[in-house]
Amino acid sequence: MSQNLDEVAPTLSVGAAGPKTPLILKLVRFREFAILFALIVVFAATSIKNTSFASSSSIQGLLSGPAVIILIAVGETLVIITRNVDLTVGSVLGLSAYLVGDLYVHYPHTPVIVALLFGTVVGAVCGVVTGVIVAYARVPSLAVTLGLLYIIRGVVAVIVNAVQINATSLPTGFINVGANNFIGIPIMMWVAIVVVAVVGYAMRNFRAAREMYAIGSNPEAAVLAGIRVQRRIFGAFVTSGALAGLAGALWLAEFATVGSTAGTGYELDAVAAAVVGGVAIFGGSGTVLGAALGALFLNTINQALVAAGVSSFWDEAVAGLLLVLAIAFDRYLIVRSERILRVEGRERGRH
Amino acid sequence: MADTNSIGMSEPLTDLEPRVGLVKLVRWESGLVIVLIACIICGALTFKYFFTPQTIFFSGLDIGEIAMMALPMTFIIITGEIDLSVASMLGLSASTLGYLFLHGWNIWPAMIVCLIVGALAGAFNGMLVTRFGLPSIAVTIGTLSLYRGIASIILGTNTAVGFPLSTLKLSLPIGKSEIAYDFAIFIVMSIAFGVVLHLTSFGRSLYAIGLQKETAYFSGIQVNRIKFRLYILSGVVCAFAGILYTYQEASANNSTGIGLELNVVAIALLGGVSIFGGRGTIIGVVLAACIMAVLTTWLTDIDVSGEVQSIIVGGLLLLSVLVPNAKDGFGRIRAVLRRRSAVSP
Repeated sequence: MSQNLDEVAPTLSVGAAGPKTPLILKLVRFREFAILFALIVVFAATSIKNTSFASSSSIQGLLSGPAVIILIAVGETLVIITRNVDLTVGSVLGLSAYLVGDLYVHYPHTPVIVALLFGTVVGAVCGVVTGVIVAYARVPSLAVTLGLLYIIRGVVAVIVNAVQINATSLPTGFINVGANNFIGIPIMMWVAIVVVAVVGYAMRNFRAAREMYAIGSNPEAAVLAGIRVQRRIFGAFVTSGALAGLAGALWLAEFATVGSTAGTGYELDAVAAAVVGGVAIFGGSGTVLGAALGALFLNTINQALVAAGVSSFWDEAVAGLLLVLAIAFDRYLIVRSERILRVEGRERGRH
Repeated sequence: MADTNSIGMSEPLTDLEPRVGLVKLVRWESGLVIVLIACIICGALTFKYFFTPQTIFFSGLDIGEIAMMALPMTFIIITGEIDLSVASMLGLSASTLGYLFLHGWNIWPAMIVCLIVGALAGAFNGMLVTRFGLPSIAVTIGTLSLYRGIASIILGTNTAVGFPLSTLKLSLPIGKSEIAYDFAIFIVMSIAFGVVLHLTSFGRSLYAIGLQKETAYFSGIQVNRIKFRLYILSGVVCAFAGILYTYQEASANNSTGIGLELNVVAIALLGGVSIFGGRGTIIGVVLAACIMAVLTTWLTDIDVSGEVQSIIVGGLLLLSVLVPNAKDGFGRIRAVLRRRSAVSP
């Protein structure tokens, strides 16, 4: 049923020997362009309506806002590619954000880089727990991560114990990470860009990553092909946890205040960003870059509505509608490209 | 008929020995009964007001709407799909009711409009899943924010209050008993759902769809039509739960019932419904709802904070998926050992 795009792509390069590749197949191959195009259209349309939308301060806001969601969407993408889902990311983000804050309360002179690493490690530990249960106890990830969502959130609340951590406990060096720019782009966004670049490169070129796609396309075939399925799924969950942990540290740098509800509901935002960015919910296809663009797109839409003078009550409805449209669009692309490939295959068979 | 019956059974084909005596009692629901009794005993021992009318009333009141939404959710999960937009449909219904009431509508026609809105919301989900063949988990995450968003557009930041007294009666116990209206309605509904699921061919076809969609289709079950109807059913039940929820809170705003979808799924899974479809019983879901009700009441009474409660609920959910798998795991190990001992002389 869910024909995967990465299997379509290599067939295409053979079929595309002729001068004309149907537009629809190009869209399937470069799904990121579609979302990028939509992003530019939204940006241009809003800028025409409200010229201050294109100002540099507004663009700064557009870029720093989604960094946290981009990070967790990247991790979520890996998990979804293996035909699983990780609903713990929001809670892990909350845990990491508070523990990093707590680290500063006890050791105010911790270097920023150590704090970020600490957050990442906290997330990775959560990822190990989730990964062990999902991969080695062979239980459905939706149910397991739903349970862990509650448990980790509960643990956060117990640790927080109604004591918030405020900006006064945090060194300015750390808060600057969330507020300052580097070459005109917020530092938070630089972190997200580096992560997207590194993970994106790995997902294209590393064997372990390609095996994740294989698992998501067809788990049984992956087992028969000798892929260590459990280990790869475990790896995806640990990466997702680690990135959620890093996102938690950055979240703290951005907001400078953390209580027990940090990151509540982010799990669905992360899934939505990935799906809008063209990651198939049943695994086997999609890219990290697509998910990042999806997160950027959803955030830009929200800002654009505000700038265009639409009441903020419309945010959520528009985001939901976009998500549904994105899923329907992907489905349409797949059905069309399958049909074209079938016709092509038949013609080739006739020769 | 014999065929459809064997489809519903969860035993592996290799298990040829007939199940007799005590073995028959070893099933998920028995485990739930034991947990429920344990919770009640713990509650009675540690909290002296545990059996008072108020305690019983409030534990029923708190769980009623969530448990109600778990019934159609059970049907949908058994067919191998999911509906994550339930809490948003509840909120949409509550907001619609609030909006109409603020605009001077009589409460009864307003309620009917709410039910229609719920049916439309469910039909939209169903259309996306069946007609366009989109994955339900992704689609209903989308409609989760879509419906919540529409609720915000309808009601804005307003909070509707001042509903007529006749409706507020619904948030009181029935007559002189200690049972909350919504819990009583849940029990009646669960009997109806149970009869449909376990005693009609429609119910059997849900299991068939969940286990093997293609086989079900080729044996003449109209898979898409049934799924479509289930989503509408879910919409209507959620809208109804939204109305009750509004009366219980005596107010409606755009965030009514936010985040409840995970509780609903949690009850269904704890009740032994397989997330992969094809397995689950209504009695299990009812027991799971009762466990949740008793457990939260007991824990609140002995001053366990809401956060720790969420750890316990999450742990129960985790156990509910780990325990059945542990059985399979032991079975696998035993099979390997048996094979080894058969090979070595």
